[in-house]
Amino acid sequence: MTPAQLSRRLFLQGLAAGSLVVAVRVSGPCALALVDLETEAALPFEPDVFVSIAPDGWVAIVAHRSEMGTGIRTALPMIVADELGADWERVRIEQAIGDAEYGSQNTDGSRSVRRFYERMRIAGATARTMLERAAAARWGVDATDCAARNHEIVHKPTGRSVGFDELVTAAAALEAPAREELRMKPASERRYVGRDIPIVDLDAIVTGRAVFGTDARRKGQLYAVVARSPALGGRVRSVDAAKAKAITGVVDVIEIPPFKAPHAFQALGGVAVIAKSTWAALQGRRALVIEWEDGENARFDSTSYERALVQAARESGKTLRDEGDVDAAFSEAKDIFEADYYVPHLAHASMEPPCAVAEVTTESDGTVARCDVWAPTQNPQAAQTEVARTLGIQPANVTVNVTLLGGGFGRKSKPDFIAEAAYLARRLKRPVHVTWTREDDLQHDYYHAVAAVHMRAALDGAGRPQGWLQRSAFPPITSTFVRGARYGSAGEMGLGFTDLPYSVPNLRIENGPAEAHLRIGWLRSVAHIYHAFAVCSFPDELAHRAGRDPFEYLMELLGEPRFVGLEGVEYPNHGEPLARYPIDVGRLRHVTERAAELAGWGRALARGRGLGIACHRSFLSYAANVVEVEVGSDGAITIPRVHVVIDAGLVINPDRVRAQMEGATVFGASLALYGEITAENGRVQQSNFHNYRIARIYDAPREVNVEIVASEALPAGVGEVGVPPFAPALCNAIFAATGKRIRRLPIARHDLSS
Amino acid sequence: MIVLKINGKAHELADVDADTPLLWVLRDELGLTGTKYGCGMAQCGACTVHADGQAVRSCVKPVGDLVGKEITTIEGLSADGDHPVQRAWKKFGVPQCGYCQAGQIMSAAALIESVPVPTDDDIDAGMAGNLCRCGTYVRIRAAIHAAAQDARP
Repeated sequence: MTPAQLSRRLFLQGLAAGSLVVAVRVSGPCALALVDLETEAALPFEPDVFVSIAPDGWVAIVAHRSEMGTGIRTALPMIVADELGADWERVRIEQAIGDAEYGSQNTDGSRSVRRFYERMRIAGATARTMLERAAAARWGVDATDCAARNHEIVHKPTGRSVGFDELVTAAAALEAPAREELRMKPASERRYVGRDIPIVDLDAIVTGRAVFGTDARRKGQLYAVVARSPALGGRVRSVDAAKAKAITGVVDVIEIPPFKAPHAFQALGGVAVIAKSTWAALQGRRALVIEWEDGENARFDSTSYERALVQAARESGKTLRDEGDVDAAFSEAKDIFEADYYVPHLAHASMEPPCAVAEVTTESDGTVARCDVWAPTQNPQAAQTEVARTLGIQPANVTVNVTLLGGGFGRKSKPDFIAEAAYLARRLKRPVHVTWTREDDLQHDYYHAVAAVHMRAALDGAGRPQGWLQRSAFPPITSTFVRGARYGSAGEMGLGFTDLPYSVPNLRIENGPAEAHLRIGWLRSVAHIYHAFAVCSFPDELAHRAGRDPFEYLMELLGEPRFVGLEGVEYPNHGEPLARYPIDVGRLRHVTERAAELAGWGRALARGRGLGIACHRSFLSYAANVVEVEVGSDGAITIPRVHVVIDAGLVINPDRVRAQMEGATVFGASLALYGEITAENGRVQQSNFHNYRIARIYDAPREVNVEIVASEALPAGVGEVGVPPFAPALCNAIFAATGKRIRRLPIARHDLSS
Repeated sequence: MIVLKINGKAHELADVDADTPLLWVLRDELGLTGTKYGCGMAQCGACTVHADGQAVRSCVKPVGDLVGKEITTIEGLSADGDHPVQRAWKKFGVPQCGYCQAGQIMSAAALIESVPVPTDDDIDAGMAGNLCRCGTYVRIRAAIHAAAQDARP
């Protein structure tokens, strides 16, 4: 059996015999199996999603995506429960283990709802249809006269009703309906979708009972911390572990072999100290004497790298989108204006650093039979693969149990830290809990790429762009998987750059090369961060240059409501066809106008205050920010108010969408105000929150007003969408307040005093 | 041997050095995992507990300094999660990922104990030591104001 089947069997055994289990295959024809617990005949059936109903009527819904704070463990089950007609108070959530049978579990890209909305509805509707048919048979009536309401099936003509619990056995004996037989609820009958529902883990969180990865405990587990090479790709030349081993509680010191380039998701390698407690392990690591052999990245120095990167963005690169005749437009221009923007490397700094527990089972001959891990992972299937590779066993023999995540932001998509735990558990033959300290987290991250963006406009007599050139250069994420990769992928370039929504007759978009010297990864909203910083700052600069109002200028630049055509451009569109999710300038205009309206754009402000506006499409959604800033004469920044308008299509849990927008402004404030990872001799210089600052309560916007556009359009992304427009809106506001333009983040580097 | 009084109960710690930070004793020795590690140098507040009612960062507080004090962790803040701060946290839907929230709640509870009607500036000062990477600060502020109202006799 696969791990998913095993898990399912254990799960089913936890229910009383006679449960109705509905398994739904959602790609291709809807197959469905009723599981007979006596024979388990249907167990090999491979579902993506399933719902079960116990004889007592309790509905169990499997959450197969990872919960890192977006509320997805609540939102997807809400869709199932709604379509099923279940009473939310009689629903419980089961977290799925990692298994490809569920479809993608890679919880990133702001895609859980958009990818699984229909699938969840099918799961709910399938179960409901069978219950309706079971009730109809019992009463000898037409099933189309029966409907699910609040955990009961009601016969509409007579009003009689029967509970789900009483129908479980009969429904389990029925044929499954085909996909085309399913009748989905109309919007008017929705009971949960579109309503504010508290997250399912709320009580556990506020009482300290919630189990995160760091809280996973296995009987007899040891605690480990790992010393890793200070420069990427360095190796241990020698290690003296005598002092470490002498520390009370230290059990062993073990070398983890270095990765083979490209590093991908492999454990970095290094020297692990394993102890009876985390504290002993930490003291042991401090006592290690390690001599490192540095490797090729030790020459990486952020200061010289910055100069080269800005230059790369200023030189001709790979053309990715080319419309009209840009060169002619520049030669005929009345005025040419250019600006260079720069955003440093950033670290994820989730409040829970990477951590994992692994337990390895060996055969009598010592070979590894299987491995069980408990980890805060965004991508349990990648973890399964990496652990299997590390141990030389089949992925089917690895079970990845997904705990709650104390933040993820893309870091916890990469299972290197889980591979470390697996490696050590095999060596120790005991469960091992690997903890990353904050220093480990900040100095060995998969960093958000440093980027330079060159913007150039050929302007007519009225200051309107007739020609537009934009070029970005950044060490690409591809470098994590392909050694030496220097150019951005179509995916990265499509994050807020090749999809430029402005109406300009002559346009060229390019990418320049950049080498990676750190592990590069994706961080909440990814390349949108630096692309939007430039693409949303530059129009503000042009507006001021033309003596125009920035909001009016921006609206004119967006142009008429239309779909942006990208013929001939390689544009992944966040993995969705443009026909389903076009680049709809009308929707972008709408959120921008609403944000300006709500913020009272144009109103008189006190001295030192300013408003800034930015709009950006990302993850198939549309967001606009108006940030109000106050800059004191000492240069201190406060953010009294932010208006956020988001159009994400159909929204499942509006309260969580508001929460994501609120949080995105703070995430945006952190990177705008303080975010900067630098290296010297290949060594990351920041180590903890004192020198890698993130926004504190007094830095954060005091008031965040969120408006969600009411929409029945296809659901789109939420988790990352609020981040990209914030930093440019803030810097535009700072310009309005002070006349000082910030093109290089973070803001903390600049003196804004007057 | 060190004896600590935690959540009203005495715990004898046979194999623990006096300089061990309380955080690791709570988490690794006593199974009280509600208190979280975030930085290890009193920068983030995820490890906040109460010692005689005062908010302290358990990641830098040696257990030897806490003998004789009444220590309260998130597990002992209330019997049923019904402390005014916990109630307000639920009402306002404060948590996102939830990891930092035990520390936030412990800091907030100590704040309204010492400043019964905190102003926004009091909240900025009292909560400055607690980081939240999800960015729940707007709701933390609203929830503290509500909890302060709720806690008044």
